[in-house]
Amino acid sequence: MKREKPKLVSEDGVRHDGRRLDELRPVKMEVGVLSNASGSAYVEFGKTRVIAAVYGPREPPQRYMVLPHRAVLRCRYHMAPFSTDERKNPAPSRREIEISKVIREALEPVVMSEAFPRTSIDVFIEVISADGGTRTAALNAASLALADAGVPMRDLVAAVAVGKVDGYLVLDIDQVEDNYGEADMPVAMAPSLNMVTLLQLNGVLSPQEFSQALNLALKGVNEVYKLQKETLRNKYLVRVE
Amino acid sequence: MSAQTEQRVERVLVTPGDKLAEGDYKILTPTTAYRVGTSYYSSIVGLLELNPQEKSLKVIPLKGSYYPRVGDVVIGIVSDVGLTNWELDIRAPFPGILYAVDYLGRAINPSKENLKDFLDVGDVIVGKVEVFDRTRNPVISTKGKEFGKVVDGALVEISPVKIPRLIGKKGSMQSLIESETNCKLIIGNNGRVLVLCEDKRYEEIVVRAIRKIDVEAHISGLTDRVKEFILVEKVKKGLVGNEERKA
Repeated sequence: MKREKPKLVSEDGVRHDGRRLDELRPVKMEVGVLSNASGSAYVEFGKTRVIAAVYGPREPPQRYMVLPHRAVLRCRYHMAPFSTDERKNPAPSRREIEISKVIREALEPVVMSEAFPRTSIDVFIEVISADGGTRTAALNAASLALADAGVPMRDLVAAVAVGKVDGYLVLDIDQVEDNYGEADMPVAMAPSLNMVTLLQLNGVLSPQEFSQALNLALKGVNEVYKLQKETLRNKYLVRVE
Repeated sequence: MSAQTEQRVERVLVTPGDKLAEGDYKILTPTTAYRVGTSYYSSIVGLLELNPQEKSLKVIPLKGSYYPRVGDVVIGIVSDVGLTNWELDIRAPFPGILYAVDYLGRAINPSKENLKDFLDVGDVIVGKVEVFDRTRNPVISTKGKEFGKVVDGALVEISPVKIPRLIGKKGSMQSLIESETNCKLIIGNNGRVLVLCEDKRYEEIVVRAIRKIDVEAHISGLTDRVKEFILVEKVKKGLVGNEERKA
């Protein structure tokens, strides 16, 4: 049943969707998309579309969660049943629970939760349409939504994935490249602090390839970071005119 | 910053992680800015006010929630009635606790009296945060002649981070609104404002002026615009036009 592996990168370095090796998919970002949340954001990387909502700081729903010295950060990453080709069971899967955890851990170092003891800050991320790189898109949306909510954070978190496809290192891999590629490495950073908050690697890279891939990710992260800041500024600049 | 901007403090829009300054500065807003080594960074989407003469900087937030502090004036709404205390919604992550001893000024006997007879769910209270030490819920006190149950006026809710703008420098904005309309404002730090007007026709003008401040707080020249707004509204309602035409 397994289909033949398609050719994903041509000899002159053009990918199956026409991108160069170090090119992001078309990115769209927006903040303040939900009226009932304290802060919200919509992020689009090609066909990957994600909405994030932030509520709080608010009273934690259960007493046992309360921490006396800081706010608890709660994260929920969820894929909508219609987000994939085949209907996805809406119950949180093992994968979604794990991604929720790594997203929370990628955000915890930047959120200044010590300013709000005994509260909880809740981040809900819904994947509307999945085409690879959903955890990085989710992380970008979550950090935008936190900033939009006015939660103090040391820096924004920007994320992008690097993959190895047909022997080439490529930036921001999509679903097809992930399925047939040799490696997938999502990287999230707080660029102003020069701090990596998430780094995962699926597949095999040689040490040289790894450091090349990290440099490529750094370039992508900085591009995403610039877009995030622009998005946050635009919200207030538009209102002036 | 250049020498031309010495007179007026320039405001710059910043986002989390933006570098604000380098050197030795005093941070006037500790949660919205922080320092690493000798560099200062913003932690919020806000407006930066950098004062190179006084070596101080502050970042004014554009959005945010209310977190209680001791000494804050808050306007709360009773959400629950207990045996010896009320719980107030003060728009914070915690309920405010108002003890019956504090409100009534005497001890009560829960077997004989019911607190519902004094304050019921939905009543509005002006009070002050008396105790809040991060281990217990904030305790609200109504001791003082300006505090207590609200029986009259209009209640407006705006974003808590806009409250300093509504008060203005040394109370300039508040006194402007009060003198232009003959109304009294009771401003709670939790983003609730009580408008008390003798003439009810002014009430609507004040409420809309407050809403205007909420929306336009980050755009400069706000005081002039509010002044103009109140004047235009007064003319529209025929509250001042006639006298001016006579004069």
